[in-house]
Amino acid sequence: MAAKVEMKNITLKFGKFEALKDISLTLESGKIHGLIGRNGAGKTSLLSLLAAFREPTQGQVEIDGEPVFENSEKMQQISFIFEKNYADEYEKVPAMLEFSERYRPNYDKDYANHLLKRFKLPLDKPIHKFSKGMQSALNVVIGLASRTPITIFDEAYLGMDAPAREIFYQEILADQAEHPRTFILSTHLVSEMDYLFDNVVIIDQGRLLLNEEYETISAQGASITGAADQVDAFVSGMKVLNEQKLGGTKSVMVYGTLTEQNQLTAREQGLEIGPVPLQDLFIHLTEEAH
Amino acid sequence: MSNAFDSSKPIFLQVRELIEDQIVNDQLKEGDQAPSTNQLVSFYKINHATVSKGINQLVEEGILYKKRGIGMFVAEGAKQTLVGQRKEAFVDNYVRSLVQEAEKLGITQDEIIELIKNTKGSEE
Repeated sequence: MAAKVEMKNITLKFGKFEALKDISLTLESGKIHGLIGRNGAGKTSLLSLLAAFREPTQGQVEIDGEPVFENSEKMQQISFIFEKNYADEYEKVPAMLEFSERYRPNYDKDYANHLLKRFKLPLDKPIHKFSKGMQSALNVVIGLASRTPITIFDEAYLGMDAPAREIFYQEILADQAEHPRTFILSTHLVSEMDYLFDNVVIIDQGRLLLNEEYETISAQGASITGAADQVDAFVSGMKVLNEQKLGGTKSVMVYGTLTEQNQLTAREQGLEIGPVPLQDLFIHLTEEAH
Repeated sequence: MSNAFDSSKPIFLQVRELIEDQIVNDQLKEGDQAPSTNQLVSFYKINHATVSKGINQLVEEGILYKKRGIGMFVAEGAKQTLVGQRKEAFVDNYVRSLVQEAEKLGITQDEIIELIKNTKGSEE
């Protein structure tokens, strides 16, 4: 089960501060969406609207065509997983998971147990005694095992070590193959997670910068390396994101699709064309807007 | 992105070549099940779209075929086709650069042949 999310002309204000500015976007059902943006770009604000934790100042959020705010039936379909403060949580894992079991119709207990084992989470220890990484892993277990049609992970990996994050990514992919749903993953770890994304949303300073399929975006950037004057001639007229020079060699990152003809010309001139990682595109696209 | 891939050419081509290599050197035999897109994504940590693009090319060219709901399999005659393609590309990919480099270094044709024999001898 998966659901489609639509935001229509969303604006969110905190007093005079406009956190989100006229954002319209559609997130296709059954895909893994990566939400990336710099610190303070508005990622968490956007997600809290999606999860109906807040009402937009203007505009509407819809799930499968129905407004989500104060809509209990729709809210049941959404998990919003973020860093929680467990300092006062004296319960143990089984008691915590009982809540999910009660309120999430698709909750899978066996799957939760499988995840608890993989993350090596103790069942007999009060949660406030967990390390930060273990608390994050518990959040991930809740989010994955609830199998809600819309599952939002807002930097859910915080404090998790590399092996635990790896388990997190593996489980998302494996469960997505078996039980497709709409995942929204917000992250700073772009280069570590970009292989998971079917679709990428970039926001910057409260505005939507881009919402495209991963494949479209990755075809949008190219790095061209070769003799400086030849590279300069080749990229003239293209949108240049970044330049690096080492002696007589120059490497230029361009934004835009290279035609077959372009590529052929480049090869004939002995220029090297390479892909640009999403991380680099993100850095330079958001830099430029500032 | 995994270290198994470099940035000198599109990753989907490298995915494709990876599978091709396994077929050419008999790691994957005709009729064998090829790794699934999901397995490749998890293993190499490259995007689904990228993997699919590489795999789909192989399907279009009849190297792999899909069995609905089961997976991807190596087609009959796949190895022969691939070896044929690679022989054609051999001159472009290897011989031309060999000859060009030899010219730069002043190595004669006879010397090249001698070098090839020696290399081959030391490998056997």
